[in-house]
Amino acid sequence: MDPSYILPFESCTEDCVGLVGGKGTGLGSMIRAGIPVPPGVAVTTDAYRAMLGSGRSEGAIDKLLDEVDPDDADGLEEVSQRIRTGIEARSMPPDVEAEIRQGYEELTHRSGAAHPNGDPSTMPVAVRSSATAEDLPGASFAGQQDTFLWVVGADAVVEHVKRCWSSLYTGRAIAYRHEQGFDHEKVYMSVCIQKMVNARSAGVMFTLNPINGDRSKVAIDASWGLGESVASGEVTPDNYLVDKIAGRIARRTVSSKAIEYVAIPAGRRVERAEVPEDRRDAPSLNDDEILALTELARRVESHQGRPLDLEWAVDADLDPPNNIVLLQSRPETVWSGRDRNQVSSAEKSTLDHIVANLLTGVRVRGGKPGPRESGGRE
Amino acid sequence: MSETRFPSPFEVPTPEGCEGWENLYPYYYLFSEERKEFEESKFWFFDGMHHPEVLYPFDTITSESWWVALGEMNSRVYIVPPALGIDQRVLNGRLYISANAIMDEEVVGARVAHFMERAGYYYEHWGELYEKWQGKARETVEELKAVEVKPLPEMEDLETVRAGRGLTSAYDILVAYNRVIENMHKIWHLHFEFLNLGYAAYLTYFGFCKQLFPDIPDQVVAQMVAGIDVLLFRPDAELKKLAAKAVDFGVAEAFKNDTDPTAVIATLEQTDDGRRWIAELEKAKDPWFYFSTGSGFYHHHKTWINDQTYPFSGITDYIAKIEAGESIERPMDDVIAERDRLSAEYSALLDGDDLKNFNDQLGLARTVFPFIEDHNFYVEHWHHAVFWNKMREFGQIFVDNDFFAEVDDMFYLHRFEVEAALYDLIASWGVGTPARGPAYWPKEVARRKALFEKLSEWTPIPALGEPPEVVTEPFTIMLWGITSDSIQNWLGMGGDEDVADYDLKGFPGSPGTVEGPARVILSADELHDVREGDVLVCPITNPSWGPAFSKIAAAVTDIGGMMSHASIVCREYGVPAVIGTGFATQKIETGQRLLVNGSEGTVKILD
Repeated sequence: MDPSYILPFESCTEDCVGLVGGKGTGLGSMIRAGIPVPPGVAVTTDAYRAMLGSGRSEGAIDKLLDEVDPDDADGLEEVSQRIRTGIEARSMPPDVEAEIRQGYEELTHRSGAAHPNGDPSTMPVAVRSSATAEDLPGASFAGQQDTFLWVVGADAVVEHVKRCWSSLYTGRAIAYRHEQGFDHEKVYMSVCIQKMVNARSAGVMFTLNPINGDRSKVAIDASWGLGESVASGEVTPDNYLVDKIAGRIARRTVSSKAIEYVAIPAGRRVERAEVPEDRRDAPSLNDDEILALTELARRVESHQGRPLDLEWAVDADLDPPNNIVLLQSRPETVWSGRDRNQVSSAEKSTLDHIVANLLTGVRVRGGKPGPRESGGRE
Repeated sequence: MSETRFPSPFEVPTPEGCEGWENLYPYYYLFSEERKEFEESKFWFFDGMHHPEVLYPFDTITSESWWVALGEMNSRVYIVPPALGIDQRVLNGRLYISANAIMDEEVVGARVAHFMERAGYYYEHWGELYEKWQGKARETVEELKAVEVKPLPEMEDLETVRAGRGLTSAYDILVAYNRVIENMHKIWHLHFEFLNLGYAAYLTYFGFCKQLFPDIPDQVVAQMVAGIDVLLFRPDAELKKLAAKAVDFGVAEAFKNDTDPTAVIATLEQTDDGRRWIAELEKAKDPWFYFSTGSGFYHHHKTWINDQTYPFSGITDYIAKIEAGESIERPMDDVIAERDRLSAEYSALLDGDDLKNFNDQLGLARTVFPFIEDHNFYVEHWHHAVFWNKMREFGQIFVDNDFFAEVDDMFYLHRFEVEAALYDLIASWGVGTPARGPAYWPKEVARRKALFEKLSEWTPIPALGEPPEVVTEPFTIMLWGITSDSIQNWLGMGGDEDVADYDLKGFPGSPGTVEGPARVILSADELHDVREGDVLVCPITNPSWGPAFSKIAAAVTDIGGMMSHASIVCREYGVPAVIGTGFATQKIETGQRLLVNGSEGTVKILD
C-alpha cells in the first residue's frame, strides 16, 4: 500500500493508531459517534518518516542522542536545539508537502463560510503534535509536544507541521524517553490540523470524578477564551461536578479567572489577555452548557467504553445548542486501571449499616465541601 | 452581626398582653425554675414543621402524644443506641423541642446488641408486621367511631332499672371521654411503632448512596425509591375517579353552575344519574374523605368530610381537564421508568460487596417507604378527622349546658381541664344543683381567646440556648432536618449568599426549572385562588392539596425537607419544588414572577 500522508479525522480508526497516534484515533472515534468535533486532518507518521527518512539525517540525530547525558540539562538543551533547527530548516519531501497543502485546502473548502473574511485561504487552524511509540501506541506523551494555535494559510501550516515534528526532540521529550526506556528511533510524530474554534469558553473534562474515581460523575474545568489557560494551569478554572446519570449539577465552584487566550484574527495569532473585571468572577458556563457537555461526555464515554479525559470549547461564532464541540479525547489513565474501591463489606449486614449510621448521625445535608474536584493538568 | 448562641428560654420576654399565658398549659410542659439548670444546658429549637401555630391547649394532645411515643420507642422498646427521646416545652404558646442524645459511649455500646435484636426483628418481619399494623390502625379508628357520646337525660331510661344496670349516663360520658383520649394515645403509639425504624433504614440507604456516589443529589437518591403507590395519593385519585364518573354519567354540568357542594348535591338528587353519582361519592368518602387540608395536628384544620368545598372544587377542575382532553393521571409510569433507569444505571457502576449492599439497602428502603408515607393517612388524616369530630360531640354537650358559646371553645381547654369540666357537669346533673362551668368557662375562654390572638403575633425565635458543636442526634436530623448548617443559618452566619444568583434557598425537593407567577397561600381556605401555571408559595404543603398540584407550575415552601410530604408529593406529581426556604411566604408576594429551580433548591424573584 502506498504511504498515506494525510487522513481526514473521520478515517482515523483504531487500527490507524500507529499512523495518527492516540489523538487522531480519538478524534476519529468521536466523529464516527456523531459527536460535534471541528473538522480536520491528521498528518500521519508516514509523513514524518518520509521527512526524516529521506536523505536520512537520523543517523546524525542518533549520534547526537547517543552522546548526550540526559542529566546534563544544558547539554541536553544544546543537542535539542541542534536537532530541532536541523529538522525545521529542511524542506519537506514535495509529495508530503503537496498532500498537506491539499489537505488544508480541502478542509477550508469543507468548512464553507465559517472562516473570517470569507477567504478560504485564511481559515485558522490549530496544529497539534501527537507522538506515537511503535511498540506502545497507547502510551501517553501528554503535554510533551507543542501545539500551535490560529495558524493561517497553507505556508504557515506546512511550517508548523515541521515545528511539531521537531518538538519530538525537545530536551524534556528526550529526557522523558530516556527515563521511560523508549527507543528514540521507534517514536514517531503525527500532527493534527484542526479547524480553529473561536472559543468563548473552553476547558477540559473527565468522565469520572478525578478526586475519588466515582464514575457517576463528570468533572468539568472551564474558563474564558481558549482552553490553553486551563490546560497550562495558568488560571484556576471554574469547576463543575455533574451527576451524569441523573443529569444534574451536583456542585459548582466559580473561580476568579484573571487571564484568557483570545484570537487576534488580524494578527493571525492568539494573545494572552487580562479578563475584564466584569467577567472575571462570572461563571464561564451556563447550566444548559454544563448539561450539554455532560451529555456529550456520556455519549463519547459509552461509545468508547472507557473513562475519558476530554477537551472542549464553546464556539463564540455559533448559536446554541450547536456551539459546543469536543476538541480531543484521551483515555483516562489514573482510575481506569484500578479496581473500584469497595466502600462496604458483605460481612456487614444492612442492620450493621443502620447501627453505624445512627451512631454517626445521619447527614442528609450539610457538611463542608471537600477538596476541589480537579487540580491542574500534567 | 453573627451570634454564637440563642437566648436562654429564661431570657425570652413574655410579649406584651400575653401575661399569664402559662396557665393555658400543664405545669410539666413549661420551662421552670426547678429544672432551670437542666433546661439551660439543653439546646431547643422551634418545631415549626409540625406545630407552626400557637398550641391550642386541647390540641397539645397531638404533641404530647408524640412526646411520649417517639421517646419510648427509642429509649424503651428498640433501645436505639445513641438516642433517647425528644423533649418538649411550650414557650409563648409555641412548641420547642430538644434531642436527648446519649453521650456516654459505653452506654451507647451496651445498647447496640439490644437494638440489633429488636430492630432486626422488625426489619426481618416488616411485611407481616406492617400488615398487622394496618389491621391495628383500622381497628383503632373503628373503636373510636364506636364510642358513643350521649347527652345526659332528664331521667334515665327505664331499661337501666329493668336490666339492673346500676350504671348511668354520667358514668358513660366519663368513660366515653376517657376512651377517646386513650384512643388518641393508642394511635400515636402505633404511629411510632415503625416510624423511627423506617426512617433509620431509609436514611441509611441515603447515606450509603452518598458514600458510593459522593455528591449524588438527594433528590435522585429519593427518586430511586419513588413510584411506590402510597395511600396518600388515594384521596386525590378518588376525586379523579369521581370527576370521570360525573362525565360518564352526563352530570358534569351540575358542577359548573354551583360551587357550593350542597347546591351541587341538590341538583344531582333530581336525576337518576345524579343519584348514581352521589352513591359513588358516598362510597369514596369512607375513608378517603377523612383527609385534612392541613397537617391534621390541630382541631381547626379542615377535613374533606366536614367541608366538601375543597374536594368538590377539585372534582370540578378535573372535569374541566377531562373535557379539554387533558390527562389527569399522575405520571406514575414516567416516575417508575425513571426510578428503574436510575437504579439500573447506578448499580451498573458497582460490583462486589458494594453492589450487594446497594441492592439490599435499596430493597429495604423500598420496603419501609410505604409505611413512612401511609402512616400519615391512617393517623393524622383518617384517625384525627374522626377524633376531632368525636371531641366536638362533647363540645356540643357543653354548649347545650351553657358551658361554652361555641362547640370549638372547648379546644381552649387542656384535656385535663375538659375532664374537670365534664366532672363539674355530671356532678351538677347528679345532684341537681348549678354547675360552676357556665359562670366560669365563657369568661375564661374569652380571656384565652384574647391571649391567643396576642400570642399569634409573636414571631417565634428559631432556637433557644447554646447550639451543640455538631448535631449528631439521628432523629432531629432525620425528622426535622436539623444540621449544624441549618443552625448556622438561623444564627445569621449563612455565609456568602450575597453573591448568589437567587433570593431564597431551600432543599431541592423535586427537580425541574420553571418560571411563573407567585401565589402565596397561607391556608387551605385560599387554595381555590390557585390558577393554572401558578407557583404555589406556602408555609407547608399538604398531601390533601392534591388537585392543586395538578395545576401549579412549581411549589415553594417555608418548612420541610427532602423527606417531607411536600417533596414526595411534588416528585410524584412531577412538579418542581423548593422546600424549607424559611421565609418564602414573607419575602414573596402574590403576582411576582419567580424562577424556581427545583434541582438546585433556589428561587429567584424576577420582579
